Amino acid sequence: MDPTRLQKLLTRAVPAACVALLVTAVPASAGILFPEAGGGSPGAEDIRTLYAIIFVLGFIVFVGVEGVLIWCLVKYRAKRGRVAAQIHGNTKLEIGWTVGAAVILVFLTIATFVMLPGIKNPAASDIDINGNPIASNAAFASTDQRKPPEGQALNIQVNGKQYVWQFTYPGDEGVFSYTRMYVPVGMTVTLDIESDDVQHSWWIPELGGKMDALPGYTNKTWFKVTEPGTYSGQCAELCGRNHANMYAEVVALPFEEWRQWYDDEAQEIADAKEYAAQERERLEQAEGEDATQGTSGASNTNSNPAE
Amino acid sequence: MALVDTAAPRAARPQIITGKIRPEPKGWTSWITTTDHKKIGILYLWTVAVFFVLGGVEALLIRLQLGAPENTLLSPERYNELFTMHGTTMVFLVVVPVWAGLANYLLPLMIGARDVAFPRLNAWSYWMFLFGGIALYASFFWTPPEAGWFSYVPLSTKEYSPSGGQDAWIFMAHLTGLSSMLGAVNFIATIHNMRAPGMGWGRLPLFVWTILIYSYLIVLAISSLAATVTMLLTDRHFGTNFFDPTQGGSALLWQHLFWFFGHPEVYIFVLPAFGVFSEVLPVFARKPIFGYKAIAAATAGIAFLGLLVWAHHMFATPSATVVLAFFMLSSFVIAVPTGVKIFNWIATLWRGTIEFRVALLYAVGGIGTFLIGGITGIFLAVFPVDWQLTDTYFVVAHMHYVAFGGSAFAMFSALYFWFPKITGRLLSERMGKVAFWLTLVGFHTTFLVQHSAGLSGMPRRIFEYQASAGWHVYNLISTIGAFIIALGVLITIINVVRSLKHGAIAGPDPWKANTMEWFTPSPPPEHNFDAIPRVRSVEPMKDYRRQIEELSGSEQRFEAGKPMAHV
Repeated sequence: MDPTRLQKLLTRAVPAACVALLVTAVPASAGILFPEAGGGSPGAEDIRTLYAIIFVLGFIVFVGVEGVLIWCLVKYRAKRGRVAAQIHGNTKLEIGWTVGAAVILVFLTIATFVMLPGIKNPAASDIDINGNPIASNAAFASTDQRKPPEGQALNIQVNGKQYVWQFTYPGDEGVFSYTRMYVPVGMTVTLDIESDDVQHSWWIPELGGKMDALPGYTNKTWFKVTEPGTYSGQCAELCGRNHANMYAEVVALPFEEWRQWYDDEAQEIADAKEYAAQERERLEQAEGEDATQGTSGASNTNSNPAE
Repeated sequence: MALVDTAAPRAARPQIITGKIRPEPKGWTSWITTTDHKKIGILYLWTVAVFFVLGGVEALLIRLQLGAPENTLLSPERYNELFTMHGTTMVFLVVVPVWAGLANYLLPLMIGARDVAFPRLNAWSYWMFLFGGIALYASFFWTPPEAGWFSYVPLSTKEYSPSGGQDAWIFMAHLTGLSSMLGAVNFIATIHNMRAPGMGWGRLPLFVWTILIYSYLIVLAISSLAATVTMLLTDRHFGTNFFDPTQGGSALLWQHLFWFFGHPEVYIFVLPAFGVFSEVLPVFARKPIFGYKAIAAATAGIAFLGLLVWAHHMFATPSATVVLAFFMLSSFVIAVPTGVKIFNWIATLWRGTIEFRVALLYAVGGIGTFLIGGITGIFLAVFPVDWQLTDTYFVVAHMHYVAFGGSAFAMFSALYFWFPKITGRLLSERMGKVAFWLTLVGFHTTFLVQHSAGLSGMPRRIFEYQASAGWHVYNLISTIGAFIIALGVLITIINVVRSLKHGAIAGPDPWKANTMEWFTPSPPPEHNFDAIPRVRSVEPMKDYRRQIEELSGSEQRFEAGKPMAHV
């Protein structure tokens, strides 16, 4: 083959092969060489892409430096009659590798800041709070770091406790759940992460990075699941003896099913509240009867005399 | 100059013939009352060795527990206690004091001084270190601390950790912190004031440079630790609320103050390791160190930047993006001087004649291993990526590549390099090589797969995991690797114990090395030098050898490929 054609072929084939390798190899080796992703959450995907960029650069540096190190060890091993060159240094070389190292890091800095908004800022939701598709995401592009366009996200309170996660959903119904968080597919979910006791850390590997739950602070993160399914994780910050068993699961359901779940929960809570109210009424009536019969002490049940 | 005895038949060595001024004190009382920097150094090193074995056994128990899914070998309580003890022991009682011990022994010899500036302060420093270790281990049989070596609040407060183990941990931090500070002040005073005539800053051995910078870092960083553990102590027992958010305190404050100590701590234990690499490589490559000034400057640069990167341990805490970005960039910048050092070490080997002695193997193995830890550090510095990786086994792997690859390998390199100076006997090279390969292979078997465990979602500090999580293969490999390391360390210990009595006699300068400690007999007399020699370059021993050659006509230089030590 004539050399210019070979060169042309190589200039096209090598980058193409690299891209193909990244596209296919990264998801295939998730969990071995690359972080998890796969819930379709844009944040997690972007983190993995950024990781892959660092991985490629890091791998080149690794092979280069270890290669030269081993080559030096083999090539310059002591032999009879060999004399070591008495070199003390080389200023140009020092400047060269200082600048070289700095250039790689400048590149990584740029890559990070280009990727950052996609990771940090909640993406616009695909559906609104009633499950209707939103026509164009572009219309909701926001400069706000934290809040996606009003009403287009499900905001869930995440509360870490030794050793369980509690999730409180928005709405007057006061729906909550433990360990399993139910979310609709395609909707941006923003999380307000808090703790009641010690420090915990919220993490579902496939949906993105972790965020610490620290008492006295509200930490925020977000995700958007595009594939229905169950995504599991566990508390990532040492929180005591049972830290290993503080699990969390995100169950992503199609909107209709999620709505059904939500309504069922709301109904259950309403029923429970009603039952509790009835019980309270019954008890109060019973107390009232006791009081009329002259039994003392019953008045102390509702108020503390020490106050 | 009458420094050299040219009349004796085997005078072909640079050596001062030292007259015994008074008999050296002997017996156990001489050890507990000593203010001799060499004896204190030896006390330090033996104490560190004991703690290293204890910390290692704890590590093996941790690995045994994690070797199989849903293992019931250890209860969660015991498991938390063990990783707390392991981390605390290795950081506070091994990798930091080991350099205090080695520097104690070597620093005055390397700069041509008769002792450190404040010998009694030095003895106090050692005893505080020992008592700090005892304070921690005294809790071991009752209620050891279980909130991790970093003791995050609120978990470490009275409410969640009521036991005295946490207080033992606080006292350990106070006592070893005091020990480190006293030692550091002593080293700083010694290096600034007691250098041999002619030893300007440009002729200071690189190990001494790193000890100087290590000492400054200790003074700056340990004060933050001392303050913060005191605040924890008063929160626990005296009704203050520094860390209680319900009373206006902040749980995040602990993390800032702790890591303001904790990150410089990494450089405190790794810079002297770099110093060891910088001393060992030129000797066994038979070549001057490449870029002396660049390495010394990089040491200072790393230390300065090391004070500005602490919050990269806190990327997932509630913090503003601008803060995260600052700490990402400062962590990037610190990679540059670190890279410069690695390039200079490789350039030192380049075109040398490399003698594969055990000290060199550990140095090179350490550099190659540390490099991987440096590269994974870049992943962790990028804060969005860190959100995935932090608090997983990826970080466990990273920090062991840095701490074991940097510090522990340098520790072994230093052991093989200076053991003949300290004891007068050589360690067995054959056993050393076996131990080196076991340690190296064991290390990478243990920790390389931990990156993958972390990437597939395994958090740190969990005492058990389900088989369905898919982490058991990684963990089994890791556990096997840990026992290979243990075997390597065991052989090293046997080698040390055996060689103390039966090792080949080393002579004053078995490696034909460059720095002044090799000018003295092995082991050196109590007063080190009869007369302090003048220093004319960064490699004074080369000058002395040349001088002897001229005076005596005997060949002093080392020929490549010949056995180095006179046996």
